[in-house]
Amino acid sequence: MIPELGHFALALAVALAFAQGVIGVFAPGLRDARAMRAAPALALSHFLAIGASFLGLIYAGVVSDFTVENVADFSSSQVPLIYRITGTWGNHDGSMVLWCFVLSFCGATVAAFGGNLPASLRARVLGVLGFVSGGFLLFTLTVSDPFTRIWPPPLDGAGVNPILQDPGLAFHPPVLYTGYVGFSVAFAFAIAALIEGRIDAAWGRWVRPWALVSWCFLTSGIALGSWWSYYTLGWGGYWFWDPVENAALLPWLTGTALLHCAIVVEKREALKAWTVLLAIATFSLSLSGTFLVRSGILNSVHSFAAAPDQGLFILALLAITIGGSLLLFAIRAPVLAATGMFSPLSRESALVVNNIFLCSIAAVVFVGTLYPPFVNLLFGIQLSVGAPFFNQTVLPLTAPLILAMAIGPLLPWKRAALRPALERIWFAAVVAVIVFLVMTEQSNAITALGLGGGVWVMLSAVSDIAERAKLGRVKLGDSLARLRAMPRAAFGAALGHIGFGVMVFGIAGMTLASQKVVVLNPGQSTELGGYSWKLDDLRDAPGPNYAQRVADVTISDEGKPFLTLHPSRRIFTTPKVITNDAAIHTNGFQDIYVVFADEPAGGGAELRLNRHPLAPEIWFGGLIMALGGALSLSDRRLRVGAPSRKRAAKAAGVVA
Amino acid sequence: MFTAPLAIVAVGGLGFYTILERMEQDKYDPHALPSPLIGHKPPTFNLPGFNGAPGFSNTDLAAPAQPMLVNWFASWCMPCAQEAPMIAQLAKTGLPIWGVAYQDQPDALASYFAHYGNPYTKLALDTSGLTAINWGVYGVPETYLIDKAGIVRWRWAGAITDDVLANGLNPLLAKYT
Repeated sequence: MIPELGHFALALAVALAFAQGVIGVFAPGLRDARAMRAAPALALSHFLAIGASFLGLIYAGVVSDFTVENVADFSSSQVPLIYRITGTWGNHDGSMVLWCFVLSFCGATVAAFGGNLPASLRARVLGVLGFVSGGFLLFTLTVSDPFTRIWPPPLDGAGVNPILQDPGLAFHPPVLYTGYVGFSVAFAFAIAALIEGRIDAAWGRWVRPWALVSWCFLTSGIALGSWWSYYTLGWGGYWFWDPVENAALLPWLTGTALLHCAIVVEKREALKAWTVLLAIATFSLSLSGTFLVRSGILNSVHSFAAAPDQGLFILALLAITIGGSLLLFAIRAPVLAATGMFSPLSRESALVVNNIFLCSIAAVVFVGTLYPPFVNLLFGIQLSVGAPFFNQTVLPLTAPLILAMAIGPLLPWKRAALRPALERIWFAAVVAVIVFLVMTEQSNAITALGLGGGVWVMLSAVSDIAERAKLGRVKLGDSLARLRAMPRAAFGAALGHIGFGVMVFGIAGMTLASQKVVVLNPGQSTELGGYSWKLDDLRDAPGPNYAQRVADVTISDEGKPFLTLHPSRRIFTTPKVITNDAAIHTNGFQDIYVVFADEPAGGGAELRLNRHPLAPEIWFGGLIMALGGALSLSDRRLRVGAPSRKRAAKAAGVVA
Repeated sequence: MFTAPLAIVAVGGLGFYTILERMEQDKYDPHALPSPLIGHKPPTFNLPGFNGAPGFSNTDLAAPAQPMLVNWFASWCMPCAQEAPMIAQLAKTGLPIWGVAYQDQPDALASYFAHYGNPYTKLALDTSGLTAINWGVYGVPETYLIDKAGIVRWRWAGAITDDVLANGLNPLLAKYT
């Protein structure tokens, strides 16, 4: 019964979403105030309908209702409750419902908190969101229905993929989806602005918080995914340039560009058409990333195979959404003339430089990801583009970005001089050069460049804040007062940059990792990275729904044992899979990472030993970036002040 | 200038549409790596053996008594070690499996066999890796099925799993025996 209710709620949501689309998009043109007010109500009810549907699906998973095909295929009564819930979105059909749920949630927040937007703009934004949501709901309902029943039901389900039975992965998809889908709001604002034919500072101010929220989620989602692959796949790798990873990286790159560009629209009313294009591009990349990977066109480790008829449906949806919005852009963008002028050396230009590099990186990753299927299509040649290509092409573009991102925030708007800016961060430059020179001696130039670059970005962001507070130049009390008076967005921006620096630092440090694959018998030891690693014992240990073998490994430094790790091999029965649970010890600046890979026939244990300097900084950096975004978001100017202040001006504009 | 993004997306969309069409007609599988060797005899080669034992050449593969596998592997390759039990199990069924060690050292090979056993009927060393290039080997492990007439019938890049065995190799073995 409950699954039928869920199914019905899904159908209801389709109807509500299309009603929201039609009314939202066309009511403002008819100047029908009552119809415009209906859009938010429809958005909220459409959200409730999908919420009910999603709950219905989760309920079927929780009570292990195996008459529902989706539950029978991807769940089991033996897995713990938490994974029966998260297993709901661990498969194609279920994750579609989650995806639509997040999209409708975005619409509901615009409806609930968009009270300070002009009614026509809010209606149009909700209308665009309604159409997008309606399209994907229709897809879910017709060709990807998670509520299909089977009879007779199996005694038990096929089980949750053991790799997905992990807290990191359970929450990685919702966070990542929120990031992807959140950009739909920026997209809807862009389309609404194109329909209205005008973009001003207020538009920039409205779009930025939405873009910022999604950016925070996308950043955390990517960091979570990378961390998950680091500690579960057992190879010690954290980024593989897999098409799915690239699919998440692309909207992150353009989204980051959008975030910076919207500041220019807000402060200076320039780069309007470009910002609109970025908003469209970011959401389009989110969409195509999510769905092209699923259509099976791109070869990827994330197997979420969908049937080709689903692929055509999705392609048609993408063609309408992306093609339609770009067509609108081609027609309307020429009227979005810039009003603000700026000199080649100014904050605006620095942000343009930021955009050029971010978008160049995005273009390179885009080409590298799509090259194999297209070469096959055109010339019938099979090839794969792997990590060496991406490393060699992305690195030269990241280096100037790192150099510029430290200087940009120091430049004033409109017109700037380079010297005063550089004088404020000479300290960061000196330290970075010292780090570079010392590390070139110790390791290699690339690693040294990365470490120096990380230090440069971190220190310049810190010294920028210190300079603005005149720290050390005026009395401490005055400095603190200046710090308190500074907007939170300034700290947020600095924190975001620091986070990026920390991440660059970690990635560079990771190139110094040392690793070894050995077979040891209990009692034997081996040397790696200056430590001695000894296998003490091999034993059996119980687990909730798996059996496990545990290796006890003691690591000593100069004869003194300082750490014992217990990597294990987990043997799952439904389905029959063995996973390697890596044992990782971190002290914040270094990971010691041991994987119990196998028990060879000749006896002993095959161990993969790794020492990863600065590895934790990669994810700390991502976390700090997301925190910077959140801090910036908590700024009063973004939350309340500006839009309501602007409403008066806007109302005057409407009359005129 | 403002229509450029639309044009790019249109071209891309058309490309994806064509790919999807071909996938539906089973003309294109993004996961398959079709080998140019399929339907042909292996290229000319003559590789030395391991530990003084004779190696083999393309003439040895010209007309085997029964269908057989040529398995490319290396002692330094982790997926090969993961595949080793499967190869051993296949060898026990009486299927001849000839191994080619790709860019490997004799002592490394010896310790590899000490751990995982040596299931190969014959073993050859492609120390330089040149024969692998002529075969179009994508990576190790990689396995080729050769029928009684000495024609390559199937190639699998990656470790052979239960699924590959059930859906790929076993039906073909039944067909060509």
